[in-house]
Amino acid sequence: MSESKSLWKDAFERMIRQRIVLVSMAMIVLYLLLGLFVGLGLIGGSWDQAIGEGYQSPSFDSIRHWMGTDIFGRSVLLKMIHGIQTALIVGGIASLISVFIGLTLGAIAGYFGRWVDDLVVWFYTTFSSIPAIMFLIAITFVLEKGLVTVCIAIGLTSWVGLCRVIRGEVLKHKNREYVQAARAIGASHRSRIFRHILPNIFHQVIINFSLMFQSAIKSEVILSYLGLGVQGRPSWGLMIDDSKLVLGRGIWWELTAATLAMFLLVLALNIFSDALRDALDPKLKSS
Amino acid sequence: MTGYVIRRILYTIPILFGVSLIIFFLFHWVGGDPVLQMLGKHATPDQVAELRHELGFDQPKWKQYLDYLGQLATFEFGRSYSTRQRISEMILDGIGPSFLLASLGFLITLSLAIIIALVSAYYRGKWIDRAVVLICVAGMSVSALAYILFGQYFLAYKLGWFPISGYEKGFPQNLAYVAMPVIIWVMVGLGWDVRFFRTSILDETYKDYVRTARSKGLSEKKIFLKHILKNSMIPIITYVVIQIPFLILGSFLLESFFSIPGIGSITIDAINNSDFPVLKAMTTLISVLMIFGNLMTDILYTLVDPRVRLQ
Repeated sequence: MSESKSLWKDAFERMIRQRIVLVSMAMIVLYLLLGLFVGLGLIGGSWDQAIGEGYQSPSFDSIRHWMGTDIFGRSVLLKMIHGIQTALIVGGIASLISVFIGLTLGAIAGYFGRWVDDLVVWFYTTFSSIPAIMFLIAITFVLEKGLVTVCIAIGLTSWVGLCRVIRGEVLKHKNREYVQAARAIGASHRSRIFRHILPNIFHQVIINFSLMFQSAIKSEVILSYLGLGVQGRPSWGLMIDDSKLVLGRGIWWELTAATLAMFLLVLALNIFSDALRDALDPKLKSS
Repeated sequence: MTGYVIRRILYTIPILFGVSLIIFFLFHWVGGDPVLQMLGKHATPDQVAELRHELGFDQPKWKQYLDYLGQLATFEFGRSYSTRQRISEMILDGIGPSFLLASLGFLITLSLAIIIALVSAYYRGKWIDRAVVLICVAGMSVSALAYILFGQYFLAYKLGWFPISGYEKGFPQNLAYVAMPVIIWVMVGLGWDVRFFRTSILDETYKDYVRTARSKGLSEKKIFLKHILKNSMIPIITYVVIQIPFLILGSFLLESFFSIPGIGSITIDAINNSDFPVLKAMTTLISVLMIFGNLMTDILYTLVDPRVRLQ
């Protein structure tokens, strides 16, 4: 195990050596902390209270007025900060669901091969032929609209990519000597998949997780525009959607606040996943 | 070669079958009772029964499925619930604008991305390369909705370069209406594409045949344009196909925002009106297009990569 630990340690050391990666990691931590503190009610207070008249432009009267107010006179800054929580929940839970499905199906298909593999490949080829948006609509028809539905819908529709990757990797690994050695000492199928093969391909899961995280955040925005998104709590998607009709009147601050908040988080996650991939993928290391 | 193509075409049959099953399952089982969704809360029992009969919901499930397969085979999906128009006519009307927008956006993004990626890989490690990568990552991090709103507000409304929204049939005038959606399409997709293509090209530059070509005394330009570009097309083609579902979602947004009467707009209207027959028809149509696109790519593969034919 000490060998595999040093891979992660090595990767970590590689990553913090680059200043831009360090900055983006700090940014992610900042967002996580803000999300946590808002969730615990330590900062931000309540977002749905009017602090002035509707559509006041940004001013330095008080911190709450820094980003102006929305149609009901609520603070845009507070909505933006509360939106972090929504974004993190959607990103986290949707990615977990999708990693779970993609990893399980991919590992089973790659490991058992034959008809199991044919079945899984047939299933994901079929599944990915149907536009994800239609699944999202169907899911929102069945489940009530809201945060949980958004997480489930994005999670259920974004696993095919990871499933393909994992299937390919397991296929490559299952005939390697270390797996045969495990078989020789009597390791069960489950133990061979999860204790022997999985740790060797786990970097793929982590890289995919961080990519999925940011794409889930972006999908939430689009779902909100279609009216299938989060309801009754602040989200960047709803903020961008709300501002589309009033932009022509010169009310730019709500759009800017939500876009900026999302931009910084997604940018940091993008830089982080790139660095993670460079540090963990042994193929890229050599070049 | 012919054998491979025939096998590949036959493989679409189980996929089509699976797609028809899933869509049927989504719309006739999972989706709740569409009749209640369509008629709203104040429908009388007579109205409900009538609509159920019209849509065939009073039939047993297997009969409904066979009916759906019949629709799939003839591409005749009945009439829209909200406009009473024939759905096959709606599709014929919508496919032109959609195709114009999607093909322009797709081709411009693809060719621009390959050029930028080649330049960036050629100057790998230099400041041009770093700037390209940084701009790409930044561009990818902005929401597609923000691009749309910004474009509509600044380029169309403030500067008046493009019409704000709408569409007109006929050759030169339709280009004016799709110009801005296409620009936004390129903005949204370019970052992803350039980054991926650059990596695929860089992967090739370290291979042995490149070293051989270089030691033969070929110029760096020739190596890039003749040797590396051709070999890096294989991952690029795969990537392009994986992108297709995202293209569809993207064109949904663009069409509805800019009021372009394409497949995407029709679908979004159908979502808003709970227009069940149209939604089902559009899902089927797009899925069939996807399967066809996948088929085309695999056949394209055999032209680019002869190794595939042998498998």
